[in-house]
Amino acid sequence: MAITFKSVDFIYQAHTPFENLSLKDINLTIPDGSYTAIIGHTGSGKSTLIQHVNGLLKPTTGEVVVDDQTITGTTKNKELVHLRQHVGIVFQFPESQLFAESVIEDVKFGPINFGVTNEEAQKRAESALQKVKMPQEFWDKSPFELSGGQMRRVAIAGILATNPKILILDEPTAGLDPQGRREMMELFAELHQKEKLTILLVTHQMDDVANFADNVIVMDRGSVAKIGTPTEVFSDTEWLINHQLGLPSAANFAQKLISHGVQFKKIPLDMGELVDQIINLEGKGNRHE
Amino acid sequence: MNKILFGRYVPGNSFIHKMDPRAKLVLSLLYIIAVFMSNSWLAYGTSFLIAIIIIGSSSIAPKFFWDGVKPLIGVILLTMIIQVFFGVGGQVYWHWGILSITSNGLLNAIYIAIRFILIILVSTVLTLSTSPLEISGAIESLFMPLKKLHFPVYEMALMLSIALRFVPTLIDETEKILNAQRSRGANFSSGSIMTRLKKLVSILIPLFESAFSRAEELATAMEARGYQGGEGRSKYRVLNYTKNDILGTIFMIIATMSVLLLRNWS
Repeated sequence: MAITFKSVDFIYQAHTPFENLSLKDINLTIPDGSYTAIIGHTGSGKSTLIQHVNGLLKPTTGEVVVDDQTITGTTKNKELVHLRQHVGIVFQFPESQLFAESVIEDVKFGPINFGVTNEEAQKRAESALQKVKMPQEFWDKSPFELSGGQMRRVAIAGILATNPKILILDEPTAGLDPQGRREMMELFAELHQKEKLTILLVTHQMDDVANFADNVIVMDRGSVAKIGTPTEVFSDTEWLINHQLGLPSAANFAQKLISHGVQFKKIPLDMGELVDQIINLEGKGNRHE
Repeated sequence: MNKILFGRYVPGNSFIHKMDPRAKLVLSLLYIIAVFMSNSWLAYGTSFLIAIIIIGSSSIAPKFFWDGVKPLIGVILLTMIIQVFFGVGGQVYWHWGILSITSNGLLNAIYIAIRFILIILVSTVLTLSTSPLEISGAIESLFMPLKKLHFPVYEMALMLSIALRFVPTLIDETEKILNAQRSRGANFSSGSIMTRLKKLVSILIPLFESAFSRAEELATAMEARGYQGGEGRSKYRVLNYTKNDILGTIFMIIATMSVLLLRNWS
């Protein structure tokens, strides 16, 4: 499912003294099946942007087109139910949305809301819990007995069980330990490759952008500042650093070498590329004495 | 969501803004007493005039006052209707079973509506011109004499300011959870009352859960910074009576006296 924004403006609390323009003239297309990272510092409009994709927020002017459904400022909530079935949003700290008596009941909440039968919901919930690697012994426990990392997985399973075609992730690894973070990112990569989900990832981790995304949107003060492949976006290193966004650690390392006089053909974005290029440097005898 | 006027403070630099919150609180109570003592057109007219003067000297846009009265119109109308149909005495215009419309009933209905509106207007001046922290500071200071009776004044004031402080936080939190459940297909605006109530559970449980854990974190954070109760704590905002408070008090005493004198004057 492709997503298109056509000159979207969004004004927060319109017609009040607290009015605030939070999206300005957004025009962009996110292709079907892509893995798009959305970066930008706090308050740049990332969260506002993603809430337009399933109609939680509606554009003040302009329109958002998801697949064949158009959302404008006057779209009724009733018309959005169909859309929300296909767009799953994992909010920041999604564990705060858990409420049911047992893990499995909580995961079934979404599918049942979308009118699926109880048996089908059960099946989907079980398969979603398996995808997030939640051992079966926890399924009947209360979600409030779990650890923070486990709660996060259950919450994500709750979204996956609705069988979304677009999965939106708002800083899904914030507050997880390194292993939890790695497993989580691998799960999303797998969903992208095997189940062909379109993924939108809001993140501050430039390494995740370099390692997983094929498309990057940079937001700045409510507008799209840059859009392109990671290589394109990260090539303008000075701009990124000036906007407090930073670089992937491999590119950062390369930058430091460059400032000491080492020549790189192309800025490496991940560890593999960095290692390859350094080995090549060595081979050519460009070593510094 | 953010339409709740409660605790919405409009900063300003007017005569009323510069008054001491304690004086404002006590004088508001005095005004409410005056309104309740009114029983003639003349007394109500004077009370109304006082309200206009108070609103005028607060320099807050009339729209905010309308926003304060608007949500309570239903309640006002309901009490008026009850008064109209159940009031007794005076000339009877219409009669059916226990219901009747009488001249006294009509008059009382109008008086009650005026009372309601005047009290809402003046207490709105108080909440719009005084920040929540000032109000809880004023309550703390006014209740201080109760300390001798072992009433926990500091604790009560602290509870009050924490509660006020977290109102916007809880509103944000509710909105966040609401959005998360909506994304999971929950529809809170359709279905029978029972299904809607059931769906409300998916908001309330996470909300309680987060409020409790927030309370625990706050307690830990306060202890970590050495909080041991209010005894011996100094204050960042020291309350002081100024010229405005003396003028305001004189005005209100004269105003209340005239309302009392105009009672029964018809």
